[in-house]
Amino acid sequence: MSERKYPPVTGIAMTSLALIVAGGIYLSAHLPQHVPIGPAVVLLVLSAALMAYNIYSLTRVKDFPWERFFAVAKWSFLAYLVIAGLIEYAFLHNHLSGAPLVVLTLSLLIFAVHVPTLLGFTVARYYDPSQEVAGAPAG
Amino acid sequence: MTDVALPPIELHEAPPAGPPIEIPDFEIVPRAGLVFAAVAAVALIAAIASNKLWPLEFLHVSGGAAWTIIDLFLGLVLGPIMGAMPVPARIQFTTRLMPKMVVIMPIVVTLTLAAGWQLSTKLGTNLTVHPLHGWVVASMIIVGVMSVIALGLLEPANIAVLIELKKPRPNPEVIEHLMKRFVYSAGVLGVMQIATLVIMTKLGSG
Repeated sequence: MSERKYPPVTGIAMTSLALIVAGGIYLSAHLPQHVPIGPAVVLLVLSAALMAYNIYSLTRVKDFPWERFFAVAKWSFLAYLVIAGLIEYAFLHNHLSGAPLVVLTLSLLIFAVHVPTLLGFTVARYYDPSQEVAGAPAG
Repeated sequence: MTDVALPPIELHEAPPAGPPIEIPDFEIVPRAGLVFAAVAAVALIAAIASNKLWPLEFLHVSGGAAWTIIDLFLGLVLGPIMGAMPVPARIQFTTRLMPKMVVIMPIVVTLTLAAGWQLSTKLGTNLTVHPLHGWVVASMIIVGVMSVIALGLLEPANIAVLIELKKPRPNPEVIEHLMKRFVYSAGVLGVMQIATLVIMTKLGSG
C-alpha cells in the first residue's frame, strides 16, 4: 500500500460536514419560527474554512494524481449537485426565505463540493501507475 | 447511508503462488440503474409539488424502510457471512453487489430525507409547538451523524474499492484496508438504524 504521507483530508472533510449538518439541524429544529441565525452562520463559516484548507492542502501535495482525482470528483460532483438540488427544492417549495435559506443553500453547496473532493481524494491517494500495466508488480 | 459491509480480505487466505484471482468485468456505476434513480427523483419532485399525504408517506416510508433494512442486513447479517467466503467468491460477490449500492443508496437516502421533510412540514411535526417535535429533532441528529459517517468513510471506500478492482493489478492491501472501513462503519450505522426505528415507530404511533 502507498506509504506516501497525505494531509488529513478525510478527518477535516468529516469535521466540515459535521459542522454544516449541525447548522442545518439547528435551523431545521427552529423553523418555521424566527431563529437566531448567528450560530448557524458561525458553523457555516468554519465548515467553509475547513473545506478551503482541505483543497489548499491538496494543492500542496507534490505529484498528486489530479487526473485520477478529477475523473472521480467531476461525476460525483454532478451526482451530489442533483441531490443537493432536490433538497433545496424541498426548502423552496415550503417558502423558506431570507437568511435561513441563504445559510442552508450555502451549506448544501459545501456538501456538494466537499463530498466529491473526498471521493476523488480517496481514489487518487491509492493511485499507482505501475498497477495500470498488466503483469507489473502491485503495491 | 450504508453501502456494503465487506469483511477484510485476509492476505494469508490467498495461495502464495497460484493462478491470479479472476475479477469479472463490471461497471462501477451501472448506467441502467441511473434510469431508475432518475425515475425516483422525478417521483420525489412530483410528490413534493403535489404536497399530498399518500405520495409523501409512500416515498418516505418505502425509502426509509429500504435504507434501514439495507443497513441492518448488510452491516449485521451479510457482512459476517461474506467473511466466511473464500477470497475469489468474495470478489465475485463484491463486484456484483457494490456497483448496485453506488446507485441505490444515494437515491434512497435522498427520497427518505426530502419526502420526510415535506411530510413533517405538512403534518406539523417540525413545528416547535408540536408535542413530538423533540423526537423529530432526535431523528435529525441521528441521521446527521449517520450521514457524516456514510459520506466520509463508507462512500469513498466503496468507490475506491471498485476502482481498485478495475485495475489490471489490484493491490490486495489497499482492498483490505478499505474493506475494514466498511466493517467498522457499517456496524456503527447498523446500531444507529435501530435508534431510527425506535424514533420512527414512536412518531408513527403518535
